[in-house]
Amino acid sequence: MKNITKLGAVSALSLVLGASAAFAENIKVAFIDPLSGPFASTGTNGLHQFEFAADYMVNEKGGLLDGQMMEVIGFDNKISPKESLIQLQVAIDQGVRFIVQGNSSGVANALTEAVDKHNRRNPDSRVLFLNYAAVDPALTNDKCNFWHFRFDANADIKMDALTDVIAENDSINKVYIIGQDYSFGKSVSAAANKMLGEKRADIEIVGDELHPIGKVKDFTPYARKIVASGADAVITGNWGADMLGLGKSIIENGFTGPIYTYYAAGSGITAAFGESGKGIIRLVGEGQINPPASQEASDYYNAYKAKYPDGNIDQSRISNTIGMLAKAISEAGTADDVVAIANALEGMEYETMWGGKVFMRPQDHQAIQDMHINAHTNEGVTFTYDNSDYGVVTESTVVMASMDSPTTCEMKRP
Amino acid sequence: MDLILVNLIDGLVTGLLLFMLSAGLTLIFSMMGVLNFAHASFYMLGAYFAYQISIAVGFWMGLLIAPLIVGVLGAGVERYGLRRVHQYGHVPELIFTFGLALLIEELVQFIWGKNQMPYSVPEVLNFTAFAISGNSIPAYKIFMIFISIAIFIGLLYVLTKTRVGMIIQAALSYPRTVEALGHNVPLIFMGVFGVGTALAGLAGVIAGPVLGTFPGMAFVLGSIVFVTIVIGGLGSLWGALVASLLIGWITTFAKSYNIEMEDLLNAIGISTPENLSDSVFRDFWSLTSPQIADILPYILMVLILIFRPAGLFGKRQS
Repeated sequence: MKNITKLGAVSALSLVLGASAAFAENIKVAFIDPLSGPFASTGTNGLHQFEFAADYMVNEKGGLLDGQMMEVIGFDNKISPKESLIQLQVAIDQGVRFIVQGNSSGVANALTEAVDKHNRRNPDSRVLFLNYAAVDPALTNDKCNFWHFRFDANADIKMDALTDVIAENDSINKVYIIGQDYSFGKSVSAAANKMLGEKRADIEIVGDELHPIGKVKDFTPYARKIVASGADAVITGNWGADMLGLGKSIIENGFTGPIYTYYAAGSGITAAFGESGKGIIRLVGEGQINPPASQEASDYYNAYKAKYPDGNIDQSRISNTIGMLAKAISEAGTADDVVAIANALEGMEYETMWGGKVFMRPQDHQAIQDMHINAHTNEGVTFTYDNSDYGVVTESTVVMASMDSPTTCEMKRP
Repeated sequence: MDLILVNLIDGLVTGLLLFMLSAGLTLIFSMMGVLNFAHASFYMLGAYFAYQISIAVGFWMGLLIAPLIVGVLGAGVERYGLRRVHQYGHVPELIFTFGLALLIEELVQFIWGKNQMPYSVPEVLNFTAFAISGNSIPAYKIFMIFISIAIFIGLLYVLTKTRVGMIIQAALSYPRTVEALGHNVPLIFMGVFGVGTALAGLAGVIAGPVLGTFPGMAFVLGSIVFVTIVIGGLGSLWGALVASLLIGWITTFAKSYNIEMEDLLNAIGISTPENLSDSVFRDFWSLTSPQIADILPYILMVLILIFRPAGLFGKRQS
């Protein structure tokens, strides 16, 4: 009995030691996003895609540098900027060098400021902020800094691609714009107004409105207004439960025109829209899911489905983020000196498995990539979402969208 | 004009849904003095159970069975949880229900995950009942209205016309006397708690397909239910109905019409400041009614508490 206890204690101790030894070697990536509350599903799905990307693209290929593994750690920020700053501090204290975040530009704005401040004050424990989905244009314009990199196209770039498509469609004469009441919703509205005015001055904006984020129980009153306005098309930047609620209400109340969205897929949204969204829901985004852009992408997707049968790859930029970070670490030859890694990321051209190239523009750290307009449908779908019969199929593509778009960023380099 | 009619119908749907939740809560609160924080969680459980049942045997069985399961669960919570905690006073009871709400949310996430559930309107009701100048009214909404009204009439009948109802009414105001007369008051409590949670479950079953079935659904509706029963007056079924409809219509109309604060202030004789963009009150002046629609019920609650603390139909002054 005594021996067994001893054996147990020793093996437990060795396990702990082994684990901590492996722990010290890891390249830690802190994922700070909502893992509870109304937007929990969006956050959790993002975390799974990051963990998978790190395992599949880095760890299973033997790690980076001299075999260091990449580890993604989830931190729940409850989508609150205040909570995010606390989690950021916790992450830094744990020796994390890379912060990834994406849900809510409000949070991203708080984080990028905090990271900038932290890096100025603590040159020994500097961190990089890899933004994979917060698309407020200000982050790579007025509020840009050297530590922030955005792997998603910003709201202006997406709107540029979206309005190109709208401008070509002669049957659209009236447009209704609706979004969540925070920085991102406002920038979607501003960009839509500006670009539609430039490209098709005859299009009338019949409604331009913001609603509280994550608090609306029933979108019916908004849907009524949209239908009553006689709009031919709706543009919205909504995401999570707000996207599904709004979309469902609009369709239920008799709207038949296209609804142009940024985030109306995955996380249960595709399955919930089902047949009702067919021919109506359109999405703008990077990364071509259907038809698959390459054999590599198909393999990647199948491997993901094998690990998370209920999951979707609805943010292909996540694998670009991990891929580019891994490439930068290899090029810089270090996983600790974030200045060297940032310099390697700047101007990087990355061949993505999702088709085309991703170019990290050095002057503002905005990734330039192909933009696709996708349709929610059940025809010609290789990889469906939410285990339903529906998925997104690419309808049109803008190559290297907004490559020459202006920026007001004045980057201060260390 | 047409839009007013449409909004009246939409507000009615929202209000009646709220009523089903608040009816149970107001009875529980006035009878046991317990603010049941987990009430909206039972609403969520109703939706998830109904979704699970609807996959196997269809929507209608879900409509029938899910509220029953939720009611039995609720009665169980009262019998084996609340009744034990009751002897330690109101604060432990409050904490107990609060903990229960968190527990249920975690449990739901554990079993069903964090994604939206594809729980949808049954095929039979998936058509447009009628349209008012281009605004279609889905048949499902009409169905929701009928269910809620049937529930209200049924409750009203049981509470005012039957013997059981009279004992419940008596136990509401004079529990000790009722007990002295030989009635089993703890059993009545358990029954009321069970029926109250079953109503919340039913609300979840019929709201799930339209408002979305996801782990945050209890949180989104949680606080507004309390506001409803405070405005309506504790223990009053009519109060719960009137307050629910009032909230339904206020929020619907506030969202449907862009009433701007500037117009409102100008109308009562305050002129817009010269240089609005520099003014400290800029945000206040540029408010629109859809932005504040969801806090209007809370403002109403504060006003009610100031001018009529017992609520619109409340009788008890304690």
